[in-house]
Amino acid sequence: MARSLTKRLVSGVVPAVPFLWLVVLFLVPFLIVLKISLSDPVVAQPPYTPVFDWSDIGGFFGKLDLENFEMLVEDGIYLDATLSSVRIAGISTLLLLIVGFPIAYAMARAPVRHRPLLIALIILPFWTSFLIRIYAWVAILKPEGLLNQALMGIGLIHDPIIILNTEAAVYIGIVYAYLPFMVLPLYASLERMDNTLIEAALDLGCPPWRAFWAITVPLAMPGVIAGSLLCFIPAVGEFVIPDLLGGSETLMIGRQLWSEFFSNRDWPLASAVAILLLIILVVPIVIYRDVEARRLETQR
Amino acid sequence: MKNRLSLFNVTSLALGFAFLYLPILLLVVYSFNASRLVTVWGGFSTQWYGALFRNEALMDAAWVTVRIAFLSASLATVLGTLAALALTRYGRFTGRTLFTGMVYAPMVMPEVITGLSLLLFFVAIGFDRGFWTITLAHTTLTMCFVTVVVQARLLTFDRSLEEAAMDLGAPPLKTFFAVTLPLISPAIAAGFLLAFTLSLDDLVIASFNTGPGATTLPIKIYSQVRLGLSPEVNAASAILIGIVTIGVTIATILSKRSLARAERNAL
Repeated sequence: MARSLTKRLVSGVVPAVPFLWLVVLFLVPFLIVLKISLSDPVVAQPPYTPVFDWSDIGGFFGKLDLENFEMLVEDGIYLDATLSSVRIAGISTLLLLIVGFPIAYAMARAPVRHRPLLIALIILPFWTSFLIRIYAWVAILKPEGLLNQALMGIGLIHDPIIILNTEAAVYIGIVYAYLPFMVLPLYASLERMDNTLIEAALDLGCPPWRAFWAITVPLAMPGVIAGSLLCFIPAVGEFVIPDLLGGSETLMIGRQLWSEFFSNRDWPLASAVAILLLIILVVPIVIYRDVEARRLETQR
Repeated sequence: MKNRLSLFNVTSLALGFAFLYLPILLLVVYSFNASRLVTVWGGFSTQWYGALFRNEALMDAAWVTVRIAFLSASLATVLGTLAALALTRYGRFTGRTLFTGMVYAPMVMPEVITGLSLLLFFVAIGFDRGFWTITLAHTTLTMCFVTVVVQARLLTFDRSLEEAAMDLGAPPLKTFFAVTLPLISPAIAAGFLLAFTLSLDDLVIASFNTGPGATTLPIKIYSQVRLGLSPEVNAASAILIGIVTIGVTIATILSKRSLARAERNAL
């Protein structure tokens, strides 16, 4: 009797502990953001009207309004930042596909004994600090930086090209930092592809480019979708890359949230920006979760 | 014919790896630069490494960062392993959809949202910001990565081993510690390393949840980098890159060896 009770307690604890942890430290904080985005800023520490004043529940709901969201719509900068974030993330994802596909394809065609090494080489940069890897590009892209020195040294250009503090630098940074996240899912689906399909198509007189479009691309599609979502979603909210490489001209929503919070100390507005960012990303995040859950199920 | 790399394949790999490794290599090379101007070569010198170790604020930040990373990765490993067991061994329990959602969302969610929401939570419950808030925030983020790594292992291994132990009369708990845990331990170790690295590396979530006396290395590096290139940061980066490279190499060799041993035992 006592034994079965212990057993039930033990088996109940396994899902309960991580579940509760995530409810308290992931779900509840989220609801708090939603509430604060609806409250008014005050000059105080903390700089917003308290959310949980239990003695005055009625008054609390009375104080909630959509003022912050009205401000987001009226002040064009937030809409511009949102649109430019989605555009920058979209273009970066496309560039990642173009850069990542040939690499993943070559890895999948490499001799089996070399593949673990190739995978390790793709993952290794991911283990070194993200911040440091972005910082490395500042020295390369500066007007008097290493890239311009090299190009001028071989006489290809005479005046330094301005890359740092432009949108181009942000694309380079995102492609560089996110490349493993694109290459690995692509490789996973290309590796499973049956090469004899291509050979059969070629034997039957199909031109190589058509065999590529008709066979390789559709079979790689799960990898394309997973990789694109894995890059697009965090890229929309990216802060470090536009901040260090993009200069003051590059508007991105993650950066806007950061400056509302740290420079303007307007916590309710920062929360409203967070909700806006989340609304943009909720559909891709749900699709990503389904794709990942299905992938794990089929691995069985 | 199969598995022969074309010239195009070789070129893509070479260019790809050059793109990935050249910036890191240049960063390390220029950490040995005698000149204060980071991009102008002024001869070989190790002076920035000396300056680094004399920089007490940076050393303190490094120590805080390592302690947070160790604590949060340990907590995340326990929680993530439990979550992986729940998702693979408990069938369709109530709240499963919510559970998987909460596991996958933090991994792709922009860090600014996770950081801000946790901060507002800590302020709402009156928890003082500092060492512990960063640790709890990192645990929450990294446990999801541990879950996915361990879950992948639990889904692929041979369940008949567990069933055999139970058939022979081993109680579930004993089966877990005698059969399941040893089999998934490489994945647990990999999850711990991943959690440790992610915590070591995080700037955004730590910036939101930091408080007095809890400046982490990324926060410190970021504030220096904003002021311009600094040879000391290059030196600090080179050391971190060195540690990570050695660590990953050792881990790879060890896992290869244990794999080889397992194969020998199977014969």
